[in-house]
Amino acid sequence: MPKITYIEHNNKSHTIDVPNGLSVMEGAVQNNVVGIDADCGGSMACATCHVYVDENWYEKLPKKEEGEEDMLDVAYEPNRFSRLSCQIMVSNDLNGLIVRLPSKQA
Amino acid sequence: MIKTDVLVIGAGPTGLFAVHQLGIIGLKSEVVDNLDKIGGQCIELYPDKPIYDIPAISECTGEELTKNLLKQIEPFKTNFHLNERVEELKKDGSNWQVTTSEKKIFITPNIIIAGGVGSFEPRKLSTKDAEKFEGKSVFYSIKDKNLFKNKKICIFGGGDSALDWAIELSNFSEVTLVHRRPEFRGAPSSLENVKKLEKRGKIRILTPYQLNSIEGDKNIKSVSLIKEDGKIEKLEIDYVLGFFGLIMKLGPIVNWDLNLDKKTIQVNTETFQTNQEGIFAIGDICTYPGKLKLILSGFHEAALAARACYKLARPNEKYRFEFTTTSKNIKGRLGINPNRE
Repeated sequence: MPKITYIEHNNKSHTIDVPNGLSVMEGAVQNNVVGIDADCGGSMACATCHVYVDENWYEKLPKKEEGEEDMLDVAYEPNRFSRLSCQIMVSNDLNGLIVRLPSKQA
Repeated sequence: MIKTDVLVIGAGPTGLFAVHQLGIIGLKSEVVDNLDKIGGQCIELYPDKPIYDIPAISECTGEELTKNLLKQIEPFKTNFHLNERVEELKKDGSNWQVTTSEKKIFITPNIIIAGGVGSFEPRKLSTKDAEKFEGKSVFYSIKDKNLFKNKKICIFGGGDSALDWAIELSNFSEVTLVHRRPEFRGAPSSLENVKKLEKRGKIRILTPYQLNSIEGDKNIKSVSLIKEDGKIEKLEIDYVLGFFGLIMKLGPIVNWDLNLDKKTIQVNTETFQTNQEGIFAIGDICTYPGKLKLILSGFHEAALAARACYKLARPNEKYRFEFTTTSKNIKGRLGINPNRE
């Protein structure tokens, strides 16, 4: 099972086995990782599952759809490594992925 | 003071269908919602996105769903109290007393919380200084545009609100529009308008910039913007306007002594009652083993909660289950000729 590492704002790190087919957001929410709210449940409508993807991983992920960039406009302190974790689907290729969580989601 | 059988909190699809289910069993309800329009997330978050999993409707948008639900509850002539948030809850004998942000008081034996993920509130600027100036020189909505006449205004955001206000205020103020990327997501016609105004020197557009800090004492003197490469630009301005859409917060319901699980309310699945008698929770805001956050689940929850409300609203009567196809009582409540086949 792919391992995904979530690093909280205070550097507390959680490495979790996330089954293929779940989103990076679901991997966090189902394992009680604090810092991903996902208010809209993954319909790309709220920007409260915002993460900063590790620099070395960012380019390896499938590209954003247009709607995701629009939602990132309203995310809390986005930067150029920002993604919505509900839009990143876990697969074997993502084994070892590291994402950092913003200090808050709103 | 408004007396009613049931107070429904939230005018999203689940709240609207609760009104229907209450209406057909003869209970009167009043609806409160913090937004200025009916429809909840369907209208605020995805009015144009198609939904494919409403039973018997292969495809409809959030807006269409809302319109159809409103049509379905028309016979009940329900009062909607929009732009109001429920604040305080008190026990009043066998009733609950709920006070809203507009100081309206509802007296009711039953409350159905169909609050989605909470009430919508504007997203705010992330810099600490923004808080200090909020309501004085930093605003997230505009009540009186005259305040900005002949002033230097800095507008943040890339959606329709940011573009529309940039256009509007450029008539009589010096407007700078700041956005984190060169693309704007607002309506193409508005964007075209903004670009024209930029050419005529009426609006200044700065991208890709974000707010770094706000300087001033009592009022704002300047803002510092930061570009992706770390370059800082300082602007002398009088007012900051931020338009970053809305965020959902549970709000004062947190203090209602309900059993919560993160941002959701625990219910029993027989009646959708919470740990407090007469307070029910349905739709996205409720949680129980196996809960699915689907509109269709909200409809089911509404039907059961409505029947449970009957007991407290009509303590001396017995609820009798009836089908809409055959019940003369229900047809009467729907304003349908009872003899119609």
